[in-house]
Amino acid sequence: MAIIPILIAWPVLMALVIPCIRDTRVRGRVVYLGAGVVMALAAFLLGAWLRGGGGIVDLCGEVPVLDHLMLAGEFALMVLIVVLSIKYKKYPVVLLSVGQTGLLAWSELTCPVESPTHLRLDCLSMLMIMIVALVGGLICIYAVGYMKAYHQHHTEYQDRSGFFFSMLFFFLAAMIGLVLSENLVWMYFFWEITSVISFLLIGYTRTEEAVHNSFRALWMNLLGGLGFAIALVVAAHTQHTVQLSELVAAKATIPVVLLAFAGLTKSAQLPFSSWLLGAMVAPTPSSALLHSATMVKAGVYLLIRLAPAMAGNLTGMTVAFIGGFTFIAASMMAIAQNDGKKVLAFSTVSNLGLIVACAGIGAEETIWAAVLLMIFHSVSKSMLFQAVGSIENSLGSRDIEDMHGLLLRLPRLTYIMGVGIAGMYLAPFGMLISKWVALRAFVDAGNYLLVIFLAYGSATTMLYWTKWLCKLVSLHHTKVKVTDVTRKDQYLSMYIHAAATLGLCLLFPLVSSRVVTPIIQELYGTAHEVLSMSVLTTMAIMLVSVLFVPSLMFLLTRSAHRDYVPIYMGGINEGDNTYFVNSFGEPEHLYLSNWYLRFEFGRRRLMRPGVIISAGVLIVMLCVIIGGAV
Amino acid sequence: MMPVVSVLAYLLLAPLVGALLDGLDRRVSARMQGRQGPPMLQPFYDLKKLFSKQMIAVNSVQMLLNLSYLIFLAVAGSMLFAGADILMCLFILSTADMFLVMAASSDSSPFATLGAGREMIQMMAYEPLTLLMAVGFYLATGSFHVGDIIRMPHSAVLVMPGFLLGFLFITAIKLRKSPFDLSTSHHAHQEMVKGITTEMAGPTLAVMNIAEYYEMVLMLGIVALFFLNEHWWSWPIAIVACLVVYLLEILWDNVCARVKWRTLLDSCWVVTLITGGLNGLILMLVH
Amino acid sequence: MKKLAKSPWMLHYDASSCNGCDIEVLACTTPKYDIERFGIINTGDPFQADILFITGGVNSQCEQVVRQLYEQMPNPKVVVAVGICACTGGVFKDCYNIKGGIDTVIPVDVYVPGCAARPQAIIDGVVKALEILEQKRQQYAENPEATKAEKEEG
Repeated sequence: MAIIPILIAWPVLMALVIPCIRDTRVRGRVVYLGAGVVMALAAFLLGAWLRGGGGIVDLCGEVPVLDHLMLAGEFALMVLIVVLSIKYKKYPVVLLSVGQTGLLAWSELTCPVESPTHLRLDCLSMLMIMIVALVGGLICIYAVGYMKAYHQHHTEYQDRSGFFFSMLFFFLAAMIGLVLSENLVWMYFFWEITSVISFLLIGYTRTEEAVHNSFRALWMNLLGGLGFAIALVVAAHTQHTVQLSELVAAKATIPVVLLAFAGLTKSAQLPFSSWLLGAMVAPTPSSALLHSATMVKAGVYLLIRLAPAMAGNLTGMTVAFIGGFTFIAASMMAIAQNDGKKVLAFSTVSNLGLIVACAGIGAEETIWAAVLLMIFHSVSKSMLFQAVGSIENSLGSRDIEDMHGLLLRLPRLTYIMGVGIAGMYLAPFGMLISKWVALRAFVDAGNYLLVIFLAYGSATTMLYWTKWLCKLVSLHHTKVKVTDVTRKDQYLSMYIHAAATLGLCLLFPLVSSRVVTPIIQELYGTAHEVLSMSVLTTMAIMLVSVLFVPSLMFLLTRSAHRDYVPIYMGGINEGDNTYFVNSFGEPEHLYLSNWYLRFEFGRRRLMRPGVIISAGVLIVMLCVIIGGAV
Repeated sequence: MMPVVSVLAYLLLAPLVGALLDGLDRRVSARMQGRQGPPMLQPFYDLKKLFSKQMIAVNSVQMLLNLSYLIFLAVAGSMLFAGADILMCLFILSTADMFLVMAASSDSSPFATLGAGREMIQMMAYEPLTLLMAVGFYLATGSFHVGDIIRMPHSAVLVMPGFLLGFLFITAIKLRKSPFDLSTSHHAHQEMVKGITTEMAGPTLAVMNIAEYYEMVLMLGIVALFFLNEHWWSWPIAIVACLVVYLLEILWDNVCARVKWRTLLDSCWVVTLITGGLNGLILMLVH
Repeated sequence: MKKLAKSPWMLHYDASSCNGCDIEVLACTTPKYDIERFGIINTGDPFQADILFITGGVNSQCEQVVRQLYEQMPNPKVVVAVGICACTGGVFKDCYNIKGGIDTVIPVDVYVPGCAARPQAIIDGVVKALEILEQKRQQYAENPEATKAEKEEG
């Protein structure tokens, strides 16, 4: 287990080294090396952990030096935030930052708490480490090629790639530290680091919009951080412990509800969703890594940890409501978006909402679904972000309308998109199975409101994915030539993701029994088989049929003879399928648009009511819960 | 053994039953309009003709996507008739429908693309009720498995009449009946030619028709599920109920004009909430 | 009547008709004449049609459209010219913009005269067309390539 400090220290080292390298080629190589080593170390850790028989491994007892270092680090972060806030005249942020850091320092000095173990490696954190290291490492590799093309494409922005990579590696270290922390003070430290890195990356381009959005992300995350800090203080003073597992076992109401609040802000649930949507101005690798695959999962991770303490009480109900409500509201708003990254952002918020709802219910079944959703979502969504980023670099636009007939123009990227989209909502893939289990669990838990949210939310989810998919497969021949500028390293990362998406589905029963069941076992002490084996077999058969049947029919129908004729346009085609004769007798270009239903599902129409409802519920319930517990 | 037999029966007989019902539909509709109408076996003649026609196409993938539509529908139906999980069956049904939408959009033609958009709205309109209905069956019988549902001592319809009502409402979408035949219609002269099937000719259209017959039998199978229980006499009742439902849909088809998509979506979602939502809530409270 | 003859679907196109014949074509689908008895459906889509009903003479505006609709119909197929204008150009024959009957553009199999053509005459034409359709079907079944080559010449 000596490997764990190395696993955290190595990315930090890379983060310090990379900005010093000026030559882009060398820097690229170093990033490959850094990412490769992170992935190898994680794999090594997994091997060592499995050889040791798995289970819970406690590490790192009382180390006062590290505690002091962290306190110093927190003050450093505070100073950084204060300086930047004053520079950009965002004064309320100063209050939030100073408030929580001061609160924490005061608590640590006045009420020191014994902490027997600071780091703990168990099944859930091992899973998170694998996701962070593998997905994160691949995204770093992807970013090398992407950033090169990005700065060729956007000459107006200053090239700060060195800083960008440095932040990515810092983030990997912080995230690994976060999921390993058992001591909440440590977790808080890593939590704050991820917030600040996210803030810095959103502001990467330094445009007015970017700065504005980055500060919005910062204040919302700091608000969550404040909740976290108060939870820590309360736990230290009333429960005399800052160990996460002890708090959960004690079902300490106030710390749990405040931690859950922090989790909600981090995972961008309504009313805090707008920071994630604004975060899409950042370069795509950071959107993929921080704002869909890993960082936002930190909030969900914390909620899953808290789940046993939320089962069946008011806290759980509130969290479940907020999650379910976010799921349906975000999936509705996604319909009206035509910016590819915005759709992905809404979809991320929406899926996180579902996971949060599962965690809020806190039953075994729902946690099973939540963990699976987390695995599948990380892989598929990171792949989708990468594909959209590459398409944007090649096409010069990420508007879904411009992707009409992309299958003929950028076939390889389109196939990757197709796998990703199918993985997000189609029948035999993991996301849908998890949704299925979630539905059953909601019924069993007797929460009918969530059942209704899920039923309607699935329908809206289906619409926005299907219409995107249809846009991609329209076989429209245009005269505009597109060259694929995607580099090899980008393709490498995307291919591995695509293979992982398909592989995870094929190995679904294995994932369920070997990965998810032990996690449930650890959280609850017992674990029942959620899906019966016959269902799993059906699934496997179906998946094979999904892969097998279309390819067989592809071979069959490809050889079939057919005569090609132009499409039907009332007989007024101008000789081909792209132009027709208009009422002036002139040729006119055919333009086919998707449905966006902006008046019905637009963000302008739904966002404000959504925020008001969710904020109202959240505030009232927080008052009720905390008031009831005091 | 029983599931194998019923799945085989479904796979072999569903197109025949579907085509016969379609023939009945056309004849009954004609009589309602004061016409004589085509012979009962007309759908078979149509199919035979379509297969004998020249294979023309606007692209190379439409046939592939149409066949995928057919196969996924057959899989969904087989799951129902094998007594498997009804929720899974419904999920596969929507996957199948997605292939149809993709087949239509692959043409990149104005009418088919419009039809595909409308078909997506239709999917969004009916999906909540189908999911809630599965939940309703689970609440009423304690299982998502069709095999368990039909072995209950009482018919499910006794405790879930609201769901049946809602299901009748959205079945008009799946059977492509007015007022909800937005994406393509069996009637002549639609405002957007033939909608999603505009570029489907000869054998491609025949595949689409067969798939629709599978779908029709699947939908009626779900209607039967409301009535079946462990007693033998529930079977004839279920069959009669299916026929009555089918005739009601035909009647509705002939007395209603096509609505706009907004009306479709609003009415389906509201009806879902009132029928399925309320019925489910009551079931859950009693549960 | 065999396969095709039992299920002839039609496409109705108004080339430059005065709408008189169009009304009569539609009259055939009403309860009084009810051509659905013969399995005929008015599809409005060339991809699914077997019989092309054209009313009115061809002018320069619609010449390409007629050609394209004909081309988009799968073999075997027949064309019925409904009304005297469609047969020969009728009273508009010498107009500056009229090219003549439909057969100046695409091969016509059945001519239904009349101004306007009566529904009974149209149904009579349909029955004739069905016979020709059946012959064409047999030819097509024996040798699909020949039919296609013929089309290209036409």
